[in-house]
Amino acid sequence: MKVLLVDDEEELAATLAERLSLRDIEADWVTCGMDAITRVGEDTYDVIVLDVKMPGMSGLETMEKIQKIKPEAKIIFLTGHGSVEDHEAGKKAGASFYLMKPIDIQVLIDKMHEAAKQ
Amino acid sequence: MNDKSDPISEAAFKFFGKMTASISHEIKNVLAIINENAGLLEDYTLMAEKGKAIDPERLKKLAGKVKSQVQRADGIVKNLNKFAQTVDESTGRVDLNETLDLVTVLSGRFAFVQGVTLDRKQPENPVKITTSPFLLQNILWLCLEFAMEVSGEEKKVGLVTEKTETGASVRFTQLNGLIARPSDRFPTEREKALLRALKARLAGAC
Repeated sequence: MKVLLVDDEEELAATLAERLSLRDIEADWVTCGMDAITRVGEDTYDVIVLDVKMPGMSGLETMEKIQKIKPEAKIIFLTGHGSVEDHEAGKKAGASFYLMKPIDIQVLIDKMHEAAKQ
Repeated sequence: MNDKSDPISEAAFKFFGKMTASISHEIKNVLAIINENAGLLEDYTLMAEKGKAIDPERLKKLAGKVKSQVQRADGIVKNLNKFAQTVDESTGRVDLNETLDLVTVLSGRFAFVQGVTLDRKQPENPVKITTSPFLLQNILWLCLEFAMEVSGEEKKVGLVTEKTETGASVRFTQLNGLIARPSDRFPTEREKALLRALKARLAGAC
């Protein structure tokens, strides 16, 4: 499995990517929506894990742009922002899951596999 | 602060909610980083138990990262505590510099997400005034929120406090996008009500 992690908290994205790689999941990471769109255009990912509140382009905007390039992309939102509105908007836009930080890595991996199969 | 039909109460509720939601988001991020660093330490420990050599420097670096996130969380919670305490007294003697510093820090996440740099000019002397600390923060936030919106292409807002003959002032500078905005966007009835309660007024561009 190959995933892309998108989070403006660089330390979080880098550490999570390392932990996933220790579990045989190839993980690339970027810290903003623009870089995520570039990566998605260059590579193929089974799942993209997106933060919601990011500088410049929000997670929802990033998702919309990714869907234009790769309509089949599987998206999981992973956020510290638990508003009902964001949750609804994420699900309405077609995200596979809307998960809250901090998360147990095995739960995230299970959701990644589930999303990839959808 | 329990009558939502009163514009001041409504503004205060919204302000308190917005700030505490932002702070909780920040804390969640810190907890997530600590969670991953602790998880990685655990991963290394499990690998070591299976006989894989782990570089002690790597472990030290991870422990250092956890410590630094704990310090970050401590700073966030201290600011939350300062903010929460401003509700305690309806009127008190406050240092406008300290109040503006706190509002600037609390607004940091909003500025970051919008790509705006907050340029707080550090004053030399305290600017003491007698006012409602919480309502003062509320109006400063509303002005800053608008200032970030009209910061133009440069995306920079300067914040300056000054003593005046009759009291004190706060200037929001570098609002290069101000001309393009409709004039009824700011101040609204909410800001006007807060200004009346604080016996303050908007001057110049703000």
